[in-house]
Order: sequence, then C-alpha cells, then structure tokens
Amino acid sequence: MKFSIQINEGPYQHQASDSAYQFAKAAIAAGHEIFRVFFYHDGVNNATRFTMPPQDDRNVVNQWAELDIKNADGEPELVVCIAAALRRGMLDESEAKKNGIEGNNIHPAFRISGLGQLIEAGIQSDRLVVFGD
Amino acid sequence: MAIKKFMYLNRKASYGTAYAIESLEVVLIAAAFDQDVSLAFIDDGVYQIVEGQNTDGIGMKNFSKTFHALGDYDINKLYVSAESLEERGLTADDLMPLVYEDEDDDWEEKPSVKIVSNAELTKIMSEQDVCLSF
Repeated sequence: MKFSIQINEGPYQHQASDSAYQFAKAAIAAGHEIFRVFFYHDGVNNATRFTMPPQDDRNVVNQWAELDIKNADGEPELVVCIAAALRRGMLDESEAKKNGIEGNNIHPAFRISGLGQLIEAGIQSDRLVVFGD
Repeated sequence: MAIKKFMYLNRKASYGTAYAIESLEVVLIAAAFDQDVSLAFIDDGVYQIVEGQNTDGIGMKNFSKTFHALGDYDINKLYVSAESLEERGLTADDLMPLVYEDEDDDWEEKPSVKIVSNAELTKIMSEQDVCLSF
C-alpha cells in the first residue's frame, strides 16, 4: 500500500513524530511504500539539523533522515511546509538567502515546499495518516 | 484521476493555538486541486465560526472573515456538530451566516453551514477518502 504521513507536532515535547517514525519504519519493513512525509504546524521543527539530544536519548531528526525517504528523482520526500516553517524560524539555504538571513537550519534529508504537496499526497496515496494532538 | 473526498476536521478554537488558522490555509490551497472538499467543526472547533470575533485585545490577526470567502472557492459543505454547540451553550444563531452561490440553481445564495448530530457526522466522515485532523 502507498502511505503518506502528516506530522503536526514538534519533536520531544510530543510523541507524534516518534509514533509516526515507528509507523513509517514498520510500514517499510512490511513492504509498503511511504510516498511522502509532510511536516506541518510545530511539526516543522522536526527538520532542524541543530538538534542535540543527550547521548542516551534518540535523535528524532536523524531517525527521520536515516529512513532516507526519496522519490524516483532522488529528492527527499520528507517535506516541510514553507509557510509554517518560515514563521517558526526554520529556513533552508535558499530561503535564508532570499530573506537576507545568515545561516540555515533545515537538515539536508528534508526539503521545504508548499501546502499543495500535502494535498497531492492525499490524492496520490492509498492512505494519509495524521499524527498530532 | 478520480476526485477524492477530503474532509478537514477543525477541533480547536481560533486563537489559543495555530491549528485553526493553519487548517484554513490548507483548505484554501486545497480549493485549487478540484477535489470534493468539506469541513467539520467539532469540540472547541465550533468557536472558529462564531459571529462577531474581535481580536483587538490580543494583537493577533482576526482571520474569521476568511471563512466568508470559502463559498467563492466552491467550498460549501461546512458541518457543525450539534452536540459540540450545545455543550458550549451555542446555537445556530451564534454562527456566522456563511453562504455560497449555487451555480446549479441560478446562482441562488444558500447557506454553507449545516448543523448535524455526531451520529450523522460519523456517517459523513466514514464516506470520506481523506480526513485531515486539526
């Protein structure tokens, strides 16, 4: 089956991203396809490459990155909503440049894009599973 | 590709968290994809379409007016939980008079809001292809 996942909560504060990760991992192990993971609301914070948890804890961001969810063109299908990201101080290199800001914090395993990608995921996938409050 | 039935579940009040405004942003984008779109307002989500919202005192943007634009985007199925209204002491008269123009009926203005029981809403939800919960 072709799944897409929406994550509405940030890492560590809330279990949504952990649960979604466990779901995605189990789905892939069972031979299913993850078409796209879409990060929305505070969920965009799951894409920061500056996450530094203590050594004995999981790294939520790297866990996602290691799943290595990509499309046929090799682009990441860990997609961060641009509007939700920018208003929360999450920028990739191109958005930082465009807005005249030094530095950027989006992990390279993720990409920034628009809300249309969420709707498209709902259209293209057999199931869209939402994790959040 | 066949049109899918998308339902957006609005469960939170307008300003305490960002869920409501960011849900509305998704709905407006969704309108461009020519899918069958409906909205449901349950729990504190019913407050999102209460008439007479005023955000002057909290320094936030009053986005309630945006709901009036939904009719122009062919989004005209707004289901409101009767139980959620009643639990909060609200009635149909407390809600914004949201309307759309029915192109199949000489562009007559018709109400977009429909108050339904939770049992009816459950049935409508079960008929959807995609439910996005906010």
